[in-house]
Amino acid sequence: MPSTSPEAEVAPVAAAPVPARPGPAAPDGDVVGLGRGRAMVFVAPALVLVGVFLVFPAVWTIYLGLLDYSLTGSAAKAPTFVGLGNYVTALGDPAFTRSLYLTLLYVGFSAVVGQNVLGFLLAWFFRTTHAVVRNVLNVLVLLAWILPGSVVAFLWQALLDRRDGTLNAILGTTDYAWAIDHPMAVIIVFNIWRGTAFSMLLYAAAINTVPRSHLEVARMAGARPWQQLRDVVLPTVKRHVLTNTLLITLWTFNDFSPYLLTGGGPDNQSEILPVYIYKEAIIGGHLGYGSAISLLLLVANLVIAVAYIRLLRTRSHDEATA
Amino acid sequence: MASVTLAGLVKEYPGGVRGVDGVDVEIGDGEFFALLGPSGCGKTTLLRTLAGLEAATEGTVAIGDRDVTRLEPGDRDVAMVFQDYALFPHMTVTDNVAYPLRIQKVGKDERAARALETAQGLSLGALMERRPAQLSGGQQQRVALARAIACHPQVFLFDEPLSNLDARLRLEARTFLKQLQKSLGVTTVFVTHDQAEALAMADRMAVMESGRIRQVGTPREVFQRPANTFVANFIGATPMNLLDAQVVDGRLDLGGFTLPVPDGFAVAEGDKVVYGVRPEYVTAEGATADGGVPEGSVVGTVSAVENLGVHVLVTLDAGEQSLRAVIPEADEPDLGDALTVTPAPGRALLYRADGDGELVGS
Amino acid sequence: MSAAASAAPVRSSARTLAPARTVATRSLVYAGVCVLVVFFALPLLWLVLTPFSPAPSYRATLSGFTLDNMAKLFDNPQTWPSIRNSLVLAIGSSVLVIALAALAAYALSRVRIPGRDQLLYALLLLSSIVTGTAAMVPIFLMLFQIGLIDRQVGVVLVLSGGLLPAAVFMLKDFVDSIPRSYEESARVFGASPSQILRHIVLPVIRPGMATVGVWALVQVWGNFLVPYVLLSDPAKQPAAVVMYTFYDAGGQPNFALISTFALVYSVPVVVLYLVVNRRYGFAFQGGIKG
Repeated sequence: MPSTSPEAEVAPVAAAPVPARPGPAAPDGDVVGLGRGRAMVFVAPALVLVGVFLVFPAVWTIYLGLLDYSLTGSAAKAPTFVGLGNYVTALGDPAFTRSLYLTLLYVGFSAVVGQNVLGFLLAWFFRTTHAVVRNVLNVLVLLAWILPGSVVAFLWQALLDRRDGTLNAILGTTDYAWAIDHPMAVIIVFNIWRGTAFSMLLYAAAINTVPRSHLEVARMAGARPWQQLRDVVLPTVKRHVLTNTLLITLWTFNDFSPYLLTGGGPDNQSEILPVYIYKEAIIGGHLGYGSAISLLLLVANLVIAVAYIRLLRTRSHDEATA
Repeated sequence: MASVTLAGLVKEYPGGVRGVDGVDVEIGDGEFFALLGPSGCGKTTLLRTLAGLEAATEGTVAIGDRDVTRLEPGDRDVAMVFQDYALFPHMTVTDNVAYPLRIQKVGKDERAARALETAQGLSLGALMERRPAQLSGGQQQRVALARAIACHPQVFLFDEPLSNLDARLRLEARTFLKQLQKSLGVTTVFVTHDQAEALAMADRMAVMESGRIRQVGTPREVFQRPANTFVANFIGATPMNLLDAQVVDGRLDLGGFTLPVPDGFAVAEGDKVVYGVRPEYVTAEGATADGGVPEGSVVGTVSAVENLGVHVLVTLDAGEQSLRAVIPEADEPDLGDALTVTPAPGRALLYRADGDGELVGS
Repeated sequence: MSAAASAAPVRSSARTLAPARTVATRSLVYAGVCVLVVFFALPLLWLVLTPFSPAPSYRATLSGFTLDNMAKLFDNPQTWPSIRNSLVLAIGSSVLVIALAALAAYALSRVRIPGRDQLLYALLLLSSIVTGTAAMVPIFLMLFQIGLIDRQVGVVLVLSGGLLPAAVFMLKDFVDSIPRSYEESARVFGASPSQILRHIVLPVIRPGMATVGVWALVQVWGNFLVPYVLLSDPAKQPAAVVMYTFYDAGGQPNFALISTFALVYSVPVVVLYLVVNRRYGFAFQGGIKG
């Protein structure tokens, strides 16, 4: 069928006056008439920047992770190919396996449990509470989230200081070094404080999407608040719980701010993976080894992100078919 | 001012879907022409192809004696009013109305003067410094009209210009738009899905279905004598009664009762047809006590009564069929009453039961 | 009286059971709320009180009011250069991100480029997996080798590259929401492509660009890790990093400087957040939609 091909479009009207410009708009919404060529030119600068400073480093990590490459010493001049040597070293290094374990603890308790549960409780509580209480708490939770990382880290140092810390002053415990005696607990509580706002906002938005009429039906049937929560709200926000958990897991997994609080110490007791990488690669100069660990982090991120995007896609698909 | 001629126009999307499928129509100079059809029938695509916003796959578009099929929208000398008005949100009313003049490189002062003049004609003079967000729906619509008028095009294209107004305002705007079009005398093509709007405003109209034109005619022609069952069903506040029938012994057997073949329709014994008559074109009165049926009438039992204001819409069961009649409110029957229904002379139509449901020839 | 309480079901059983139960639940809930308020407010106290304290220390106390600390901050030779560095990094990245993201988002929204959906999918994926933490080593090494280490332009490029995918995504969403009839309307009136872009598209997407710009500004302003790793010269370091250098010879923090600096450094973030949040709502926060 000749009329389906774009070239054939022009053929039947050879007698028509020569168009001054490229011709009527394509059907796909390119109203301005950029055309694919110019559109690509528009997209290219962003792609180049992303390609050089985001994609290339990520891909390069794979290669670097196979090298014995250091900033100093003999390995600096001539990096040697060691294959999976770095990975073997890592798995045999108790410092790495402990770091991995600490990271799981950190993510599990501060994000998956802490931020998730507290965020949902706050969102649920805000639904019915008095406006003044809600606003005060809302502002405090949001401030914890939006203040710059280096500021909040110092605020917590001040809070937890051994001699003058406000916490010791309030509890009457003198000379109690929280960050040294319980470093993991400190960074977990810190991250709950720091990041709950996102879960709260997301759940508040999710709870808002529960139609009022559904809650009213439940209430007229005599359901108590927790029954309304279980039977009406949770089924609706189930997907949001998954979305939220994936996102905060991803972010917490890559969170560097505990370094500003404990520096990974004492004695590496709070050395989660990002801090471990920083110390090994940037401070220690073991770039090849650091890259190998980074790659593990990237792969973990990839798994979480793919799960997240899958979830988004099925949701938009559900909405389209609904 | 100019006529518009569409010849063999086809708009095919990638994938083979035809938004416009072979349209031939001639719109006269100064005519107010409506494109009517259900959503998805291709009426907006046709308008956009006419504007040049969609490229025609086959066929030609001519404005006056100029073939504009391959011309840029801006070179076609048309002005379009969009369904959402497309008023630029960052410009004042003045700048919006003057925008076409700005493109035509008219000087700033003259632009403003001409915009003001046009806007005053539409009672917008006091609103010139406002932004679209500060205007009511009706005012926005008039600004969009003013912008279209300001560039003095040969053809106006209106895409559902009234659909974003509330019901009361829509009636006012309808009258206003018709008066405006008549006073300007500019050829106007306007798209609507509202058959009442098309009937009320258009000089002539085309009814579309699946990319094709099913009937072109004056509102009166289209209303009184729909060319096929699709148009018959689509046009009218209450849809036409369309009853399956067969020619038996020179009469129409409608399943449980018979009616004579209306004048002017040539049918043969055994033909399957569709008998059509508008609910407005029948009379209904109480059936005679003896149960006799006058020649050319049907007796039915009232199964529903709906109040339409001055009239009532009565639904009757007759034989195996269900038919509707619009009768004066004073004659409102009770449920279960028997009524004798008589189609007005010359108002009954016959359509083929097969194919596209066209009118039976004479 | 809360909405839920006033609309509570008036069933007889509920009425007889309610009081004891409600009082108990309520006290529990409000006790919990008090704990939470204290939990979230306590660390913030230091930021509010210490800058104005005559004897600033780790302890957050209200022992008088003075502006001496502020004076010390403004006299410190490091204050203004570090703030200026923060501004250079934040504004530089923000402008770069806005410009490139706007071009890309518009083209991606309006033109069906082959592989567009896959590209967007890849961008979304990338923006979430390649974090500063995970890519710190290769980025450090790359900048080291191309001579951009310890240079602000390197930090700007790295941060822009990291923010761009999300920025393109947000802006494309915004452009998608703009009716095409604006551009169509201008086109019917005869405007050329460049006229449509200048007269219509640019002004109409400006709010979206502003949102993304502020978002990028806040992200860069608060970023610690990237400048910390990539800049070693204190004269080039931004406020986020310099804050950690206000220690005296004995390793004791200079509280007067740190507290006032933290406050001055935080205020713009909070203000920008409030402005954008008021105008554009939740979509801004974290850059994703809930």
